[in-house]
Parts: sequence; structure tokens; C-alpha cells
Amino acid sequence: MPSRDEIFEKVKAALVDALGVDEDEVSPTATMVGDLGAESIDFLDIVFRLEKAFGIKIPRGELFPEDVLSSTEYVADGRLNAAGLAALKARMPFADLSKFEANPSVQNFANTLTVEDMVRYVQSKVGG
Amino acid sequence: MRWFWIDRFEEFVRGKYATAVKNVSLAEEHMHDHFPGVALMPNSLIVEGMAQAAGLLVAEAIDYNRRVVLAKVSGAEFYFDAVPGDTLKFHAEILDLKPAGSLTSVKATVGDEVQGAAEIFFAHLEPGEGVPKLFEPEELLRWLDQMHIYDVGRDEAGQPLTRPDW
Repeated sequence: MPSRDEIFEKVKAALVDALGVDEDEVSPTATMVGDLGAESIDFLDIVFRLEKAFGIKIPRGELFPEDVLSSTEYVADGRLNAAGLAALKARMPFADLSKFEANPSVQNFANTLTVEDMVRYVQSKVGG
Repeated sequence: MRWFWIDRFEEFVRGKYATAVKNVSLAEEHMHDHFPGVALMPNSLIVEGMAQAAGLLVAEAIDYNRRVVLAKVSGAEFYFDAVPGDTLKFHAEILDLKPAGSLTSVKATVGDEVQGAAEIFFAHLEPGEGVPKLFEPEELLRWLDQMHIYDVGRDEAGQPLTRPDW
């Protein structure tokens, strides 16, 4: 079972390759979109690279829940409602959503996910 | 005028790999000013040729059911200029293919020399996902015929590819 540090190093390598960022930019607290400049297409690329690096399968929407964030059932006036937040939490138990809950605007979600969330997600998949 | 940056395929194995040829000619208009007296094919257009070779390989693998759109080029590197008289070969390989996208690797060679290489990532979009229809079926089929895909193409079992009857 890989250690947290081993997972972090492989996640870092995947992000460096996918996003063209420098290694020292990929800190645990760096946000995927705000700090590392990830765009939606990059998340698909990152999924490919994490699957390969760790030998895991990542179902669509699990790492980046674009379907929840674009659902008319969950979003009104650009903000996620209570049901949407519950759906997001159920989908992403690995992510720290406390800051996002304070201001659950869809636009704000982009700056919620961090590198550490990616690491925790992989940990949940490999049982590390 | 259409945006053709490969001339034809030499080999094409469904879902796996393909080799496409691009003959570089001084007759191509962009060569006339790029650059006067020292014509060379811009590497940006070589990336386009790589993407056309890999993109058709991907599109065929998913039966042309989605729009295969060039999404990202990672780590493109070039080692020398392609000039009039060169025959570029684009060796494309599918590294990973999923319903939503695919990752390919393409190497360009001139003779035995590697001219450039890139990893090219495609998004596979459904109609309505923000991309207009890219081709009419008969237009696409004409292009596939021009590329000799159904002359040289083989499926996973080594059998000739079946030409669609659009």
C-alpha cells in the first residue's frame, strides 16, 4: 500500500505533465484551478494520468463533478442548493468542502479543489 | 480550400496505431513567405498533421460516433526543420481511449530521423456539447477514401476495415 508521500509524488508528477507547471508550484494547498490553471479539459487529462500512474479506474464525474455543478435540480442563480451540497459531499468525501459551503457559488467551486484533495481521492481509491 | 495536412495513410490498425505520410512541397503556398529563400514547414502545421493522423485513428476506433476535437498538445518537441522535398511520416499511437476522450502519442520522422514528437489529447464530444457539426457524412467519407484508410486499414484481427455505407 503506497504511503501518503508516495501518492503525493505521483500526483505531483501527473499534474506537472498535465498542466505544464513546475514541480515547486504543486504544493498540497495549491488550488487546481486558481493556482495551477487547470481547465475543464485538463481534468480529463489528469484522470487519464492518475489511472495510469496508480492502476485505478476513475468513473466520469467522480473527481470533478461537473454533472452536479451543471444540474438545474441542484443549481439556482449560479449557487448550489442544499440538495446539491449534499450530493456533492456524497460524491466527494475526499474533498474538504468547508470553505465552499460558506459560499456555494458554482464559480467558486473552481477554487475549492486542492492538490491535497487529489491525494486524498487517490488514497481512497488505493486504500492508502 | 480544405485544411489537409496529411496526404494518405500507409498503415492503419483499428484502435492501435497508424502511419500517415505528408510530402512537403515548395508548391504549398505557405512556403512562399515562410521564409523567402529558406522555405520550411512550420512546426505548428506539423502538429496539425500529427493531430489529423491521430484524430482519424481515434475517430475510426469509436465508429465516428462522436466529434473528436483536438484538446491539448503536451510536450511537443522538434529537432530539425522539415523542408521542401522531405517526406514526413506521422506515427500515431493510441495510449488510452475512453468515451470522453483519448490520449495519443505521435512521432514525426523524415527517413530514419525523428523530426518531432508530441502527446496529443482529444476530447470526444456529443452533438450539442458546443461544437458545430464538423463534417457532412459524404464529405468525411470522401476524405477517408482520399486517405486510403479502407485500402490499408485493418481491424484488431488483421481483417480489412469495413467501409461505412453512409
